[in-house]
Amino acid sequence: MKNITIGQYYPTDSVIHRLDPRVKLFGTMVFLVSLFLTNHYLGYAVITICLAAVLKLSKVPFKMLLKGLRGILILLLFSVVFNIFLVPGRELVHIWFLSITAEGIRRAIFLGIRLVYLVIGTSLMTLTTTPTDLADGLEKALRPLNKLHIPVHDITMMMSIALRFIPILMEETDKIMMAQKARGADFETGGLLKRAKALIPLFVPLFVSAIRRAIDLANAMETRCYQGGEGRTKMHPLCYKKRDKRTYFIYAGYLIAIFGINRILVAFQILPFLFA
Amino acid sequence: MAIELQHVSYTYSQDTVYEMHALEDVNLKIGDNECIGIIGHTGSGKSTLIQHLNGLVKATDGAILYNGKNIYDSDFALPSLRRKVGLVFQYPEYQLFEADVFSDVCFGPKNLGLSEDEIRARAKKALEQVGIPESLYDKSPFLLSGGQKRRVAIAGVLAMEPEILILDEPTAGLDPRGRDAILTLIRDLYEKRKITVVFVSHSMEDVARYVERLIVLNHGHVIYDDAPKAVFAHYKELEQIGLRAPQITYAIDRLQASGLRTSQVVTTVAEAKNAVLEWFAQ
Repeated sequence: MKNITIGQYYPTDSVIHRLDPRVKLFGTMVFLVSLFLTNHYLGYAVITICLAAVLKLSKVPFKMLLKGLRGILILLLFSVVFNIFLVPGRELVHIWFLSITAEGIRRAIFLGIRLVYLVIGTSLMTLTTTPTDLADGLEKALRPLNKLHIPVHDITMMMSIALRFIPILMEETDKIMMAQKARGADFETGGLLKRAKALIPLFVPLFVSAIRRAIDLANAMETRCYQGGEGRTKMHPLCYKKRDKRTYFIYAGYLIAIFGINRILVAFQILPFLFA
Repeated sequence: MAIELQHVSYTYSQDTVYEMHALEDVNLKIGDNECIGIIGHTGSGKSTLIQHLNGLVKATDGAILYNGKNIYDSDFALPSLRRKVGLVFQYPEYQLFEADVFSDVCFGPKNLGLSEDEIRARAKKALEQVGIPESLYDKSPFLLSGGQKRRVAIAGVLAMEPEILILDEPTAGLDPRGRDAILTLIRDLYEKRKITVVFVSHSMEDVARYVERLIVLNHGHVIYDDAPKAVFAHYKELEQIGLRAPQITYAIDRLQASGLRTSQVVTTVAEAKNAVLEWFAQ
């Protein structure tokens, strides 16, 4: 239960924590784009160095990020193994009906790196940004969509409530689990069907409590005259500081470097050489 | 039949920024047929302590002995401990899940692997003990009142017939009548069924009236473990840690300034009445 780190915040004071949430959101996007555009080891080396630098600056312990990776371990294993065996190309080893190809290994390595970095990059954002800041940032960054009649405020409010509820519901799950264990419930042993059945005493109270909390929250919001984003002001309005602007320049430099490396490798025909 | 805690410590989220010492070096012995109250301000470790008593939470340090056997030993059967030590959580009504009251109370005994007849007999007995009439047996537990839900949930643990019953703030959020009903039930279990009852409370009046032994926790340490009267004699110290003595103790304290003499600390209204009557008689 405690392995789920989605939306978890790591409270400390660092340069990354102090950045405007919009800068971090945009940075995460830039990072993801660079991750999927890169197709060679040199590019990944650059990305790794940048990621390590941000990690160091954020003061988030590496252990926290590894915890988040545990959640995608199975997905990671599956996709890597499938790629190794199922990508056609120059055959290296042949075992029974399976064959390992050079292309397959390369694809599997890249996919593995992409998945791992994807999780690290996005967790780094949530670990350094409080859910409220994140929602604020998203709301402001997506404001132009309001013109298309997309209810940006409502969506970000729902998102921040959902994020806020993750730890609450996890705690609740723990509590109900313990209470039912105290009544002799057994969640750990037995076959699939028995285990699924054992979850009923956990899920029914959990859903009941989630709905009860939702009603309470809705009432609390209504008594405070909440009516959506129209005309709502902020206690701490977001505004860019010098360091935020500087960070955007760093992003530009980063993107140019990644594209540049890509281009140079293609132009000088080094790319096929590296593929070999 | 005894639970003994030896140098038990518990730390939440060890090795992270959220690290918190909930219990530190707790030594306790809970024996046969005792009625124990646990008090302490919010966050003093009360709930964490009682979750240790049936092995739901594993101490980060120290040992818990059940009849002399360490419950953390690999060959110790925790389920057998949980059937002997019944734990009623805070707001237990939030654990109800079955379609009707009777089935919900049957959940515990069913997990013990008893026969169908025995399960039904136990559930019926437990529901009678908590005073839920037969007309409610096939109602949905979600349709009952708060106090009734609470009693059904307590019946769910009672039906397992534990030798030690532990309740975490069993009266929180109940009206005076519901509170008295629960406390009388606790006292009855102790006096008539001769089991050991431990309960956490925020009401000094309740513990003064109902328990024989009072454990006071502060910042994860046991600071007093004595008869309620002996504990409340330290009411000045209790105030410093966010607790106090029962209100009647303060009232009698004031009267002493006007000449009332008592041989011991007064903690209940009944005792106060006797003391005042004696004073007038003189």
